[in-house]
Amino acid sequence: MDGVYTVALAGNPNVGKSTIFNSLTGMHQHTGNWPGKTVANATGKATIKHKDFLFVDIPGTYSIMSNSEEEEIARDYICFGNPDATIVVVDSTCLERNLNLLFQIMEISSNIILCVNLLDEADKKKIRINLKKLSELLGIPVVGTTAKKKKTLENLKQVIYKVCTGEIVPKPKKVIYDEFIEKSILNVQENIEKINLLNKDENNYQKDFLRWVSIKLLDGETKIIQSIKSHTSLEINHPQIKKVIEQEWHKLEEHKIYQENFKDKIVSNILYHAENICSQVCSFENENYTSRDRKIDKILTSKKWGIPIMILFLAVIFWLTIVGSNYPSNMLFEFFGWIQERLLQLATLIHLPEWLSNMLIFGIYQTLTWVISVMLPPMAIFFPLFTFLEDLGYLPRIAFNMDKFFKKACCTGKQMITMCMGFGCNACGVTGCRIIDSPRERLIAILTNNFVPCNGRFPFLISVATIFIAGAYGGFSSFLATLTVIGVIVFGILLALLISKILSKTILKGMPSSFVLELPPYRKPQIGKILVRSIFDRTLFVLARAIKVAAPAGLVIWLLANIGINGDSLLTITANFFDPFAKLMGLDGYILTAFIIGIPANEIVLPIILMCYLKANVLIDMENTFAIGEILKQNGWTILTAINVMIFTVLHFPCATTLLSINKETGSIKWTIVSFLIPTACGIVICMLTNFLWQFII
Amino acid sequence: MNLHELKLQEKANIVNIQCSENIKRRLLDLGLIKGTKIVPVLISPSGDPKAFEVRGTLIAIREEDTKQIEIEI
Repeated sequence: MDGVYTVALAGNPNVGKSTIFNSLTGMHQHTGNWPGKTVANATGKATIKHKDFLFVDIPGTYSIMSNSEEEEIARDYICFGNPDATIVVVDSTCLERNLNLLFQIMEISSNIILCVNLLDEADKKKIRINLKKLSELLGIPVVGTTAKKKKTLENLKQVIYKVCTGEIVPKPKKVIYDEFIEKSILNVQENIEKINLLNKDENNYQKDFLRWVSIKLLDGETKIIQSIKSHTSLEINHPQIKKVIEQEWHKLEEHKIYQENFKDKIVSNILYHAENICSQVCSFENENYTSRDRKIDKILTSKKWGIPIMILFLAVIFWLTIVGSNYPSNMLFEFFGWIQERLLQLATLIHLPEWLSNMLIFGIYQTLTWVISVMLPPMAIFFPLFTFLEDLGYLPRIAFNMDKFFKKACCTGKQMITMCMGFGCNACGVTGCRIIDSPRERLIAILTNNFVPCNGRFPFLISVATIFIAGAYGGFSSFLATLTVIGVIVFGILLALLISKILSKTILKGMPSSFVLELPPYRKPQIGKILVRSIFDRTLFVLARAIKVAAPAGLVIWLLANIGINGDSLLTITANFFDPFAKLMGLDGYILTAFIIGIPANEIVLPIILMCYLKANVLIDMENTFAIGEILKQNGWTILTAINVMIFTVLHFPCATTLLSINKETGSIKWTIVSFLIPTACGIVICMLTNFLWQFII
Repeated sequence: MNLHELKLQEKANIVNIQCSENIKRRLLDLGLIKGTKIVPVLISPSGDPKAFEVRGTLIAIREEDTKQIEIEI
């Protein structure tokens, strides 16, 4: 674009890069920001001194040498995106490790600004950094920032402006490698220049870039070389270059440098250089600066309390979600109900045919608003709470605590984080699987996410448990009901682990699982940021997908309930058709039909069941658990039916929103179908088993 | 001596990393190379993985991988 400067933002995960990005762009845009990482490049605009800037937030990575998807996106953008400047954001409390990425980026491009972020935290930990000296040692502008201090960000903007307009020209001082490696790099580089006829007049490629290409050619990293080929017009496959590389390797091998340890040598050089620089600019006044974090960690990951505390945290979140969403849900119901009245009046006023107004209002409108009323409040409560835990830095600890169980199932502890999100909403849990690096493990996590019941299924589980388990045993009734619900959840999790294991031993065999995870420092979350991100990026995102499915589904439900043959509605006919099969599972035809046409949202399964039993032609809302219980019992529900319904609630096909998300994430119809079949098959088999065992014993 | 034998709070230096290429690469990215100081500071409730302090950060590594990391005290 003419007259617009492009600025890339790079950095390790957990360095507050997104906060810097949002402050620069004024939070004008929100792209899916899932735990821990930005997967695609997000962009945002800003104006500094009347000039337009386009900021590109690239995924947070530790390095741009590896092969994970995010690192490739990051690397390709820095290498071939030609930004006018690249800001490397680093965490001032662990500068040394962060410099690794900086030096790797310095190898590729020159217009780099170092942003030393989280200075307030460094201050608290009594770490002092001499920014001026750091700038001298690196040869690039260095800006210290603290997200809360606007002035520091203003400073950063000024430097960005100056670098882009050429007022400041960074001259990065690169890492110098072993003498022999340097010689080989130079030789390869000269040959590339010769072959590509890059004389001084038509030197399109900066020397720095050619140096980097030479290192990669020596390293022989196929993926990067492929990227270089497809993004530049450089001729690097020339026989002469190949010959030179071979010759250089012979020389290097004489000095005990081999293909196997080449990368080690390169990275070691970078890290030693980083150590050296840090020792000159950082001073630690308090050697035990991590002691507060370690004390918290000692409790949160302790043998005795680690897992109970985790369960407690989750339990509190669910409790707040379920209890807290009652009131706003009812308000929404009333609000939409009021509009519905007006719509009906309007329909009469304009003489809309009755069937049409019924279909539009009782079919589409009612189902749609129903889904919004029951989904919006719990999500608007659950996601901020969950994001709070996330920003606190607690989620990686969950993965750390649970890894062993997942390792036994040949997966990674990070899957637990996605399952925790699944409790809120399976569609979000599925999207959250992006935090898992290995494609195989990510797919397993996606396919098994539905085994944890989401917000939409919880209230149904609780109602059924209250009516049939608690109702039957008096006394500690509510305790028993709670225990049953917990039992069903644990059962779902164990089954998810079992299925994960079976998948990794059969259709998803492959690389052994790995788990190397950084446990970031605990941070005080910023409430404003949490609200914005959880409401916009998650709640509305899911709601939009849900609405897309709810409207057509509402139409289908209405048609089924209102079109009849010989006095029986299509719904009844369908239910009768499924009845023999459902009976085998200890359910009845109506229940099974309700699950099937309740596919847009699990929340409407119970209303559909009630609608069927009462022979009504609109969804039935019922506040009173006792009254619901009476209707269910009159229609033949026993404790066995209740148990099977609970099992099937946990184990059936994902809702439409989740299926859509699975299709988006896997990009494959095949895996979407598999994700539909696995839990459904489990549910059918287990319900049948329970039914037969019950009949056999009693 | 290998990393899994190191007791909590004991300081050591890495001598050699013999993990599979994939893991080795990840460790390299996180700053674990020959000569790096490493201190185990946390154990997961089930005993595995452990978390280590490296260059001012906290890194969790599984036991099967720490067995492949040679250290000296």
